[in-house]
Amino acid sequence: MTVAKEIRTKIRSIKNTQKITRAMEMVAASKMRKAQDRMQRAKPYAKKILQVIGHLAKGHTEYSHPFLQTRDIKKAGYIIITSDRGLCGSLNTNLLKTVLKDMKDKKEQHGIELNLCLIGKKASSFFKRMGGNVLAQKDQLGDAPEINDLIGVVKVMLDAYLNQQIDALYLCSNEFINTMKQVPVIQQILPVVPDVDENLRHYWDYIYEPDNAKELLDKLLTRYIESQVYRGVIENAAAEQASRMLAMKNATDNATDLISELELAYHKARQAAITRELTEIVAGAAVV
Amino acid sequence: MTSVTLRLDIVSAERAIFSGLAEMVLVTGQMGELGIVPGHAPLLTALKPGNIRVILPDGQKEQIFYINGGMLEIQPYIVTVLSDTAYRAEDIDEAKAIAAKEKAEALLKERNSEVDFARASSELAEAIAQIQAVRKLKERL
Repeated sequence: MTVAKEIRTKIRSIKNTQKITRAMEMVAASKMRKAQDRMQRAKPYAKKILQVIGHLAKGHTEYSHPFLQTRDIKKAGYIIITSDRGLCGSLNTNLLKTVLKDMKDKKEQHGIELNLCLIGKKASSFFKRMGGNVLAQKDQLGDAPEINDLIGVVKVMLDAYLNQQIDALYLCSNEFINTMKQVPVIQQILPVVPDVDENLRHYWDYIYEPDNAKELLDKLLTRYIESQVYRGVIENAAAEQASRMLAMKNATDNATDLISELELAYHKARQAAITRELTEIVAGAAVV
Repeated sequence: MTSVTLRLDIVSAERAIFSGLAEMVLVTGQMGELGIVPGHAPLLTALKPGNIRVILPDGQKEQIFYINGGMLEIQPYIVTVLSDTAYRAEDIDEAKAIAAKEKAEALLKERNSEVDFARASSELAEAIAQIQAVRKLKERL
């Protein structure tokens, strides 16, 4: 019966693993819903702030902010958003692969210097091995990231832009398309390219209070970039949960398959053992 | 009787706070109190932490919101308040930036001195497996 017993132990251990993966799947599903809610709630702000910036770009302001000016790109900055934790399928791997390809392109074809800003533990551990000029780093944002946590890293990158340390800033994160699909995207966030509606172009400017457009634009654009990074972070969080949910669902399904195969093997082994015992008894009786 | 109204949106990065019509909006701007009625000239200003009083049309009860500062944009019939969720000040922001930089520096230092142990051991295991595979192949030849 030793074979049968071994199989039984194995089945039990797989069943335990399956319990864990099933629980993780359910946790991920509920976290994903919350993350999606958060994404929805952040939308109005991003839309409104973009509108205001659009108005600004449209109105003939006497002052042009550096964030709105394009210059020759010799050095670029990347904000790379990954998850803190693993067990979420190929989410981080896909993103890092895409980023690395883009970085290689920029470096080799255009000779652009690269600076990095890493959000999430997976990005840190990856670039710890890969190397790279890391300007800022942040992790452990938790399940409900706040804009407060991102002010620091964004400021480092914005200062770098103002000091001409970088000429463009890209945001790399996963886009949450639906539960089954998450796509890594690289998006330029600096310089800001406002969406100017030509139909509405007319000559007017704001009254600025205090009468200093620079300071106000500074604040507004900083908040805009922060909200973009925040959007990236929460969208990535939703993508992480969706991806984890899927990975755990697959693991649970695989465990079910494995268990049914092992159960078959177990019954066969048990039956074989019984048959053998019977033949032994019968043979023994025949000898006597 | 319907009165002239303006469209007011109060939003923060983390959620929408108010969206609807209002007869008058009272806010604390950086330069002082502002009372906005429909038809106001386009204006852009920073807001101090404080209350926003919204007087609703048709004699509805007024609403009061507290914000941690933010930005105010006025178009003649559209008022947008972009509220901050965090308390902001130049030196607080600076401190956060320094913290982020220090973390990055710590990461770089770690790379030079302390090897990521889990990663290293898995790489070692991989290498050993490769060597074993090569040995087996050689034995066969």
